[in-house]
Amino acid sequence: MLDADYFRRWMTATAASVDREAQRLTELDSPIGDADHGKNMQRGFTAVVAALEKEAPDTPGAILMLAGRQLISTVGGASGPLYGTLLRRTGKALGDAAEVSEEQFADALRTGVDAVMTLGGAAPGDKTMIDALVPAVDALPDSFTAARAAAEEGAVATTPLLARKGRASYLGERSIGHQDPGATSSALMVAALVEAADE
Amino acid sequence: MKMLINVAETVVADALRGMAAAHPELTVDVENRVIVRRDAPVPGKVGLVSGGGSGHEPLHGGFVGPGMLSAACPGEVFTSPVPDQMVRAAAAVDSGAGVLFIVKNYTGDVLNFDMAAELAEDEGIQVAKVLVNDDVAVTDSLYTAGRRGTGATLFVEKIAGAAAEEGAPLERVEALARQVNESSRSFGVALSACTTPAKGSPTFDLPPGELELGVGIHGEPGRERRAMMTSREIADFSVNAVLEDLDPRNPVLVLVNGMGATPLLELYGFNAEVQRVLVERGIPVARTLVGNYVTSLDMAGASVTLCQVDEELLRLWDAPVKTPGLRWGM
Repeated sequence: MLDADYFRRWMTATAASVDREAQRLTELDSPIGDADHGKNMQRGFTAVVAALEKEAPDTPGAILMLAGRQLISTVGGASGPLYGTLLRRTGKALGDAAEVSEEQFADALRTGVDAVMTLGGAAPGDKTMIDALVPAVDALPDSFTAARAAAEEGAVATTPLLARKGRASYLGERSIGHQDPGATSSALMVAALVEAADE
Repeated sequence: MKMLINVAETVVADALRGMAAAHPELTVDVENRVIVRRDAPVPGKVGLVSGGGSGHEPLHGGFVGPGMLSAACPGEVFTSPVPDQMVRAAAAVDSGAGVLFIVKNYTGDVLNFDMAAELAEDEGIQVAKVLVNDDVAVTDSLYTAGRRGTGATLFVEKIAGAAAEEGAPLERVEALARQVNESSRSFGVALSACTTPAKGSPTFDLPPGELELGVGIHGEPGRERRAMMTSREIADFSVNAVLEDLDPRNPVLVLVNGMGATPLLELYGFNAEVQRVLVERGIPVARTLVGNYVTSLDMAGASVTLCQVDEELLRLWDAPVKTPGLRWGM
């Protein structure tokens, strides 16, 4: 079972990982975006960690909803509403249980990913964060490590794709050959699921 | 890369502090990042709120004041503001007559303004939204996020702002904003990439002998790259690209807009070529504005926006305006 502490560790591990990889995310965002994805995600997750320390919600659902609200209020760009919605909807789907099973979490995360697809209008293959999240959700019932591998593969697999959503889409064919920064940060978030479990 | 800044993290806040010092006629909330005309809310007047990433100055904060925007929300550099800013701005300018959000078509701006509209409506503020999407360089919009909003934003903000100042109701202000957007098209070129404070080096590599055709306003590469062209050739290419998509039966407003690092000497020269093409194409020009209005930090280059106007739109364009970035008639 996964308790509130687990989800707190997940958010902390994501924040640490985004911190470490901020430069790389920004580099990836440079040829096809506007070179700020790392900074924006860093700002958002710093706020998430600060809010969790201050408010200390005690259920998995409340933790993710608070984290999502922080991202919406601090990140800006498309990433703020999209990542914010991912966490808020996942948290909402978890309800107010004190502990959730891995299966319940997998279902809830799928609800969150569906909400992101609806909000952003993106489908798999559009070269967005969805290309890491959908494979991760599909693999999640097996294990967190399987989800991590699937998300990483999904992110790498965006490289040859033509961007159809977000700012990279304005480049048309010139977006081909670059790994999507949003899919990359999504893979970091999924990888943090494993780190949080190891601790 | 040298920049006149302290550190990247405080660039927007530092600029807002400086703006507040230079423009006491505005209320600048540095902490919450909202710029409001000091006399807001004006009783009975529709509020106009716009915003977007910073780095496009004077857009949008520089267009706050009588006759134009009621408030603006600057985001991080090239990153849309967050819903909290927009809700705060809407609450500051709503007199009960409602608020129009003017949104440039970028995924981030659209999503954040949509969320803000919902939140503002929860607070009892009537909100209408208009999307600006004038950039003809984005083709096949079925496969993209749609056309970008660029130079036409200035026309929309000015003309809708004038209507609101006259006391027009929300639905009329919204309809005029839509009409201006639908009557406007833009095309931009870049002679150099720009440098964001966060990255500290040019966002893409553009060799000295080449230019990017069809750029937006975020330093992203454009539709295609070619060997450097003359001002005359660029004007032919740009105006023709616009006119492929706009067939004006009426006179047009012309905006020859600098991207930030192109001097007025070059912009005026470029405008001469733009006007020549328009004469050749038999399109009468009602008014022309030349300068750096919708910029991309230190990008060199220019964009051309045409807006077909009827008598009503032209009258509203000529109406008095008093903002840091645009001022006439008062």
